[in-house]
Formats: sequence, structure tokens, C-alpha cells
Amino acid sequence: MALRNVVLPNEDPRQLLAIPKQEAKLYMSFMYVAFISLFIGGLMGLLQVLVRSGSFTLPFGIGYYQILTVHGVILALVLTTFFIIGFQFTLMSKTVGMSVKQRKVSWLAFWIMTIGTLVTAVTILLGKASVLYTFYAPLKAHPAFYIGLALVIVGTWVAAFVNWRQLYLWKKGHPGEKSPLLAFMVTINMIMWFIASLGVAAAVLVQFIPWSLGYAETINVLVSRTLFWYFGHPLVYFWLLPAYMAWYAIIPKIIGGKLFSDSLARLSFVLFLFFSIPVGFHHQLTEPGIDPTWKFIQVVLTFMVIIPSLMTAFSLFATFEITGRRKGYGGLFGWFKHLPWKDVRFFAPFVGMLAFIPGGAGGIINASHQVNTLVHNTIWVTGHFHLTVATTVILTFFGITYWLIPHLTGRKLTKSVNRLGIFQTIVWGVGMLIMSGAMHIQGLLGGPRRSAYSDYGGTEQAVSWGAYQMAQAIGGTILFVGIILMVYIFIKLTFFSPKGVEEFPVAEEEENAEPTPKWMENWKLWIAITIALILFAYTIPFVDIIQNSPPGSVPFDWPIGNS
Amino acid sequence: MHFHKFEKIWLTFGIGALVLFLVILGYGAFYLGTHPQSHGVTIDPQNVEAHEAFKPENLGLTKVDEDRYIVNVVASAFHYDFGVDADGNAINHIEIPKGATVLFQVVTKDVIHGFNIAGTNVNMMVEPGYISSMEVEMNQAGEFTLLCNEYCGIGHHMMYTTVEVYQ
Amino acid sequence: MKQNGKTYTNHEKEPNLKGTLLSVGALGLFIVISWTVVFAIFLSR
Ligand SMILES: [Cu+2]
Repeated sequence: MALRNVVLPNEDPRQLLAIPKQEAKLYMSFMYVAFISLFIGGLMGLLQVLVRSGSFTLPFGIGYYQILTVHGVILALVLTTFFIIGFQFTLMSKTVGMSVKQRKVSWLAFWIMTIGTLVTAVTILLGKASVLYTFYAPLKAHPAFYIGLALVIVGTWVAAFVNWRQLYLWKKGHPGEKSPLLAFMVTINMIMWFIASLGVAAAVLVQFIPWSLGYAETINVLVSRTLFWYFGHPLVYFWLLPAYMAWYAIIPKIIGGKLFSDSLARLSFVLFLFFSIPVGFHHQLTEPGIDPTWKFIQVVLTFMVIIPSLMTAFSLFATFEITGRRKGYGGLFGWFKHLPWKDVRFFAPFVGMLAFIPGGAGGIINASHQVNTLVHNTIWVTGHFHLTVATTVILTFFGITYWLIPHLTGRKLTKSVNRLGIFQTIVWGVGMLIMSGAMHIQGLLGGPRRSAYSDYGGTEQAVSWGAYQMAQAIGGTILFVGIILMVYIFIKLTFFSPKGVEEFPVAEEEENAEPTPKWMENWKLWIAITIALILFAYTIPFVDIIQNSPPGSVPFDWPIGNS
Repeated sequence: MHFHKFEKIWLTFGIGALVLFLVILGYGAFYLGTHPQSHGVTIDPQNVEAHEAFKPENLGLTKVDEDRYIVNVVASAFHYDFGVDADGNAINHIEIPKGATVLFQVVTKDVIHGFNIAGTNVNMMVEPGYISSMEVEMNQAGEFTLLCNEYCGIGHHMMYTTVEVYQ
Repeated sequence: MKQNGKTYTNHEKEPNLKGTLLSVGALGLFIVISWTVVFAIFLSR
């Protein structure tokens, strides 16, 4: 296979490759879908907070749960997945290159994902699938909803195969060399995603599609939920790891520094691969059918996945401090001043990092076994993931957008867009502080998530929630302004910014950096350990669930207004 | 692979805190029995009345002993069935004395529901085929909202009732 | 704070990360405090 940009043996392997025009078109296609999704999903979010304020009713007979389904599916599944797959492709292209054949297969991935998205979206818009993005059985959506979702997942697998092939060919051409850090990270993320999405694919293909088509009379509800959450937790790490890629390997370059440690960055990604998957029970802690001892074992494994995040926190602060000291800023916190606060490529991800402090702390609380009963299905949880995915991850993605889009479209990030971006970041931070803060408090007071406006018969408790729902409406409205700004920025960077060359920032290692150990790329061992941990965490409880199954459930479509 | 001395300190502290959390949680769960509900008792979701506890006459609040109560509930979209009162009207409010020990047993006839007495630790998923149950001591007085906190359809937010814990 | 002799000879190239240690320490404290507060609410209910 003819590799574009053949790297000569004597060339520096760390040198970045150029992205040709045809590839840029592919990557931009992913970005178009992502930003269209951002706009639609954000609009749905605005409508939700307004309805929940109690002073607004949806027009044209649109249902609250219909827009909630759109919001969840299009932001949590479509926006994230398209942005991530597109961004990861650019990382691979920059570091290991892409062949013409790989590009063609990648287009196939794009179209499978896009057609799947359209099928699912139309089903939801017709009101045939108001089952929310978790589609818990025995609520039954129209079969097209599940078929569309299956297509999206199959499309991501095609992308994963391309990514693995890209690294494989590079390694063949560079015997004995360590793979580029970003290519290593992308590969880890796609291995994790592939292993995890097998679970939800099995649920959709084996359980939901035959059952919704009427070929199977009943469905095993707990099995479907367990398969879903086997996928559902790694899903959040699939969102987070691309943000970590930027934090580890891109932010240091933007602030004028070097990688803190190539080996530690890789080690943390390997740990994420190990511990992201065997932890799904921490989403099922208050369910009746799972043995509590196994719940606790998965809680312990969940706590293990916190460790690589602790390492990441240290590495980030250390990068900031080392870079600052090298620039001559002394004292205990003098290095803090050197950070490029006026550069949105840094500022947006930085605010994302800040949000991960309460986001991470909240996550530890959620996973704390019996303490989960305090917050489970309260709006605290909604507040939690609006900090993690909707602030930490999305602000980092926005931070990437500011340089990635002009890099792909051959334009420049101008001073005025940079300034607007800083403003956008502040708007986002303030809006989320108000909305997510109110959600956390209301959740501790018992307010439920995923609920349209209700006065709950006028109880004193429900009255006390009203003020927080009003605050959420204010925060949500501010956030919608942030979305409008971001969509404007995207359009500007895509079509109207001045032509030029925008840097694709990738940090380098220190000249005298300690070499990365060879065993770090023992892929077979990493995959074997991952599978062993999954088998350990799931085999016994899963067999137990199947052996002690109650009679299955028939489909219910009338509760979602679809009979 | 080299760890900076301070990173070792940080990881020791961090992992130590995590271990401490787990020890506290594990002690509560395994020695004091504060596991989240997990009994794994099954029932036929299409015929919950076949079970003694969920026969229509056994629904709602029953006093079994001094300061000991059982509350049996059948959930369905979109309401909780607490049985009927002496006049044959559906019960939508229960009253429990403060300090009483109450065993909640809840099943669903259709889709998944939640069962949360807002502001208390009574918070269970109710799934077809399983009896959700939890024994708690009602230690706070006041009026509580009992609501469905797992999406169950278009009337999900209308699925609630009230629980009064009196002095 | 001066680096003691032992550290100095062991890790001659080890960068000064006092600010980092304090920062992650504050982060750790935040986690411990928020967990403890929520755990106390759990116990009180
Ligand atoms: Cu319900």
C-alpha cells in the first residue's frame, strides 16, 4: 500500500505530517455533523430548562420527553462521537499518516454513522422513540431507532479498524521505534471503545431489534440494562480520553512547554483501558437483581480508574510549573502567571480542567456504593455530567476547534475570533456554574432528573425545588447564548477567516527525556489484562442474573405515547 | 519509568484517601448491612397479584408490630397503587410515626419505575420481574414527596404521592 | 525550603515542583471534604 508522505529513515520520526486537502474534507465532514448537532441539541436543552421553570409550555404538541430524547441522543452520542472520531483521525494523520485506501474506508465509516444518525433522528422526530438515550426496556421504540443506533456503532468500528491499520503500517515502516504518543492514545481509546460497544451492540442486535420487530415476545430487562451499562461507563471515558490527549500532548505545546513524561502519559492511558470497562454496576447500584457483593467489587474497580486521573492532575500542574519556571517565573505560584490566559486554545481547555475538580469529586461520590441512594436519579446526576462531559470535555473540544478547523480549512485563527472565544468560554463557565450548581443542590434535596415540570401535588419539598429550577433556566439560557457564539465561531473559522496557515500544536519530549520502556507497547498483554478484568468483574454476576431470571417483559409502547 | 518524588507523595495520599473511603463504605455495607437494595427476589411481572404481598387487600401500609410497618406498593405507568381505604377510595397518602421501622416492598406491572422518598435514603429502581425492598428507620419528621425518579413515559412526572412522618 | 542532600544527589535533574504538590494537595483536600460532607448527609438521613 502506498503511504502518502513516506518518512525517510533518517528523518526525525517526531516530525508532523501535512494533512492533504482530500483528507481535510473528510475530517471537516465529521466536524459539520458535530456542530450541527451542537446547535440542535443545545436548542433542545434550552427548551427543557424553560419548560422546567414552570412558565413555558411547548408549542405544537411537542412532548417534553421527545426533546429530552433528542437532547441526549444528539449531544451525548452524535456530537461527541463525530467530534472524537474526526479529531482522532486528524491526530493519526498528523503522526502516522493515512493512505488513500484508508481514506476511502474512513468515508465509509462516516456515511454509515451519518445514515444511522439520520434514521434514529427521524424516528425520534416522528415521536416514535421518546425513550431517552438510554432506551431502557421494556419501553419500546420503533425498530428504526435501534437500527439507526446500531449503524452508528458499526460505523465507529470501521473507523477503529482504520486507526489500528494506520498505526500497524507505521510500525512496520519504523521497526524498533516507539509509536507517536498521540497515535498510541488514539489506539487505546478505540480498543476501549470497541470492547465496550460490543456490549450495547449485543443488546441492540440480539435483544432490542428482534423484540421490537415482534420476533421475540419478551426481553430480559436486567440483561439488557447490564449490557447497556457495560458500555455506558466506558462511553464516558471514550469522551474524556480525547480531552486528556489534548491536555497531555497538545496543551504543553500551546503554553510553550514540553511533555511532562511520555511514559507516564502512556501508563495512565493503559490504566484507563484496564479500568474503564469492568465498572458498569456503579450505574446499577440501586437495582434489585444484582448481588451486592459484586456491586461492591465493581465499586472498588471504579475507584481504581480514579488513579490515572490523579496522575493526570499531577502531570498538568507539573507541566505548567516547569514551563513557568523555565520562563523565569519563580516563587511557589509565580508559574501560574505565565500561562497564556489570553490564548483561547489554552483558556477554554483550562476552564474545562477546573470543572473537572468538582466533576471528579462528584463522580467519586456517585460511585460510593450505598451513598449512591442519596443521589441516584436525582438531578444531582444531571448536574454532575454537565460538569464532566458538558464542560470539561466540551470546552476542551472547543479549545481544539479554534486551531483544528482553521488548520483544516487553510485559514487563520484571528485575534477577534480569539477574543470572542475567550468570551464564549466565560459565558459557558458562568452558565454552567449556575445551572450545574443549582442541579447539584436540588438533587441533594431530592429533586428528580429526567422529569418535565410538575408541582408534585404542591408539597413543600416540591415548592422548595422551584427556585433551583428557575436558576437552571437562567443558567441554561446563558449556555444557549454560548452555543450560538460557538456555532458562529465555527462558521467563521470554516468559511470566512483569512487564508493562512494555523499551527497543529503537538508537544515534544524534553531533549534529555527518560526513554519510554519498550513494554509500554505490549498490546497483546494490555488487551489480555483488559479482558481478564472484564471476565473477573462480570462472569459470576452475569451468570447469576441469567440463572435467576424472572419471566421476560413484553414491549410497552403506549407509555411513550406511541400506540 | 520515573516518578517524581512529589508525585509519589501525591499518589500515596490520593490512593490512601480512596482506600479509606472504600473501607468506610465496606464496613457500612458488610458489617452494618447498609448495602443498596439487592435482594434478587423475582416475581412474574404479568401476574404480580399472585404474590401474597401484592394482593389488592395487602397493598399499602400495614402495622405488623409496635413501631414496625410494611408498605406494599404496585407501581405502574403512571401511579403507585397503595390499595383502597375503608370507603373504597384509592389511597394516595400514608402516615408513619417517627422512629418506626418500615419495610418497603415495591413491584412494577409494566415498565421500569423509580421509588424515591425525596430527601431520604429510600431510593430504589423498580424493575419488571423483581421485588424491590428496603427496610429503613424513619427518623426525620415531616411531609415527604414519594416520586418516580426513573423515566417511565409521558406521565412520568405525574407519578407521585406523599408520605407523612409524624411525631 | 531547601532540597535536602539525599534528594539532590538521587535526582539531580528532578525539577522543582513545590507549586504542583501544593496544588494537587488542595485538589485532594477538596475531594476529601466534598466526599465527607455528602457522606455525613447520607448518615443523617
Ligand atoms: Cu414511573
